[in-house]
Amino acid sequence: MPPIISVRNLDKVYASGFHALRDVSLDIRRGEILALLGPNGAGKTTLISIICGIVRASSGTVTVDGHDIVRDYRAARAKIGLVPQELSTDTFEKVWATLRFSRGLFGKAPDPAHLEKVLRELSLWDKRDSKIMTLSGGMKRRVLIAKALAHEPSILFLDEPTAGVDVELRHDMWRMVRRLRDEGATIILTTHYIEEAEEMADRIGVIAKGELVVVEDKATLMRKLGRKQLTLSLREPLERVPDVLADQPLELAQDGHALVYTFDTQTEETGIAALLKRLAEQGIDFKDLHSSESSLEDIFVGLVHGKPQQAAA
Amino acid sequence: MNLHAVKAIYRFEMARTFRTITQSIASPVLSTSLYFVVFGSAIGSRMGDIGGVSYGAFIIPGLIMLSLLNESISNASFGIYMPKWAGTIFELLSAPVSFIEVVLGYVGAAATKSVMLGVLILVTARFFVPYQIEHPVWMLGFLVLTALTFSLFGFIIGLWADDFQKLQVIPLMVVTPLTFLGGAFYSIDMLPPFWQRVTLFNPVVYLISGFRWSFYGIADVDVATSAFATLGFLALCLVAVWWIFRTGYKLRS
Repeated sequence: MPPIISVRNLDKVYASGFHALRDVSLDIRRGEILALLGPNGAGKTTLISIICGIVRASSGTVTVDGHDIVRDYRAARAKIGLVPQELSTDTFEKVWATLRFSRGLFGKAPDPAHLEKVLRELSLWDKRDSKIMTLSGGMKRRVLIAKALAHEPSILFLDEPTAGVDVELRHDMWRMVRRLRDEGATIILTTHYIEEAEEMADRIGVIAKGELVVVEDKATLMRKLGRKQLTLSLREPLERVPDVLADQPLELAQDGHALVYTFDTQTEETGIAALLKRLAEQGIDFKDLHSSESSLEDIFVGLVHGKPQQAAA
Repeated sequence: MNLHAVKAIYRFEMARTFRTITQSIASPVLSTSLYFVVFGSAIGSRMGDIGGVSYGAFIIPGLIMLSLLNESISNASFGIYMPKWAGTIFELLSAPVSFIEVVLGYVGAAATKSVMLGVLILVTARFFVPYQIEHPVWMLGFLVLTALTFSLFGFIIGLWADDFQKLQVIPLMVVTPLTFLGGAFYSIDMLPPFWQRVTLFNPVVYLISGFRWSFYGIADVDVATSAFATLGFLALCLVAVWWIFRTGYKLRS
């Protein structure tokens, strides 16, 4: 099946001279949840804003379900719902009125039943006649989501959806996102919460300094980039790693009380057995050992801070 | 064309009008009534007729135009400036609409509001001074055309403004002086010859003159000229809005 969104060689230089995106190409699959990870200022919002029509690309093309976002913007935009990062709401309006407005703006005939369903799902139904200014921050976030869903989009962009949101809303939101995906929608969310990406996404893209560093299935990314560490708690502290073991990926930790061995999970031979044998030969004794797998967070930090040896794999 | 979008914007904007009815309708009606009391009844009773029309009646078309211009500009500029200021403009920019739907919705609502206001002032004036309307169809035509044109002009100001001061500066510093000097309170042949010629560069003269003609059949400038001048300004504003949306000026980075 062709990708639902296809981004080709996208470049964006703002009038200020800031180079926000550099030659980004990306295919978003129909019906997936794609998480875009990256530090602040990496270009996540710029990428989303270009796809949604808020920012113009300097060069490159984007198609949404086969429709070019510039030439055929009406067809492209009608399919998209966007929940922005900022809590920009019509303060003086009532919840219901803003939802009706959003639906009409995106070219759909009024459908109170659909709006009711959306509001109920977001626990906003009781607030439908409240002015938005009277709502809490979390409620305003829900209103923005409801507005984005008012026209039944098949693609939903969530820009930092859970920034400053309490646990309850975060879980509500995750549940809703999964339900939408099960109904066939494609969801793209940006976040800098790794746990969110890990929890939600089918695929993960990492953006840093305007470049798309990697896009992978979450599991593949974890497997590819994942490293395991074996930590040995030593009986006697070491001042440094013995020279005879210098060929091994060993590091001292805890003031010489622990020896950390890093190995790749993909290789058949982890080398642990050999290592333990050599340690015994050296008379290095240990009282305890445990192994740990690197989390997505470690992988992410590695990617963003330019340890890309695995990223290229 | 996305008709649902036009309807949605129009409805949303009209709801805003009725929510702020005191400020958007009642207060201009009140202030214009004060003009009628002061200039029409009090001072007007000591003034001679102009072109066979009593002074109180003479100033009605000018006063309506004065309110119409100010309110059209302020309604429309505020209508589009607020979403920009609050950040909600993102929705409009990401919606499947062209400048046509946006203009029809926002400018249509602002102009509707102004026409309602103009009619209300006209009705109110009846309580203070007697008047007649010789060409009611033309009168309505000028009313609608002016409301549309200056709502469009206000819309451009709202798009252009990036702070509240800019939003106010053109209405206060340009439009108000032009309206007061545009013959709202006098006939331009009451001016010295030199100023009569200068005043012909003031577009508001054509609006007021044409509008007054529809009431009393007297005009400072030819009616056709009035109509074409207004239409010309309307066309100019349309081109400006089209350009703004095409280039994304101050809208899309």
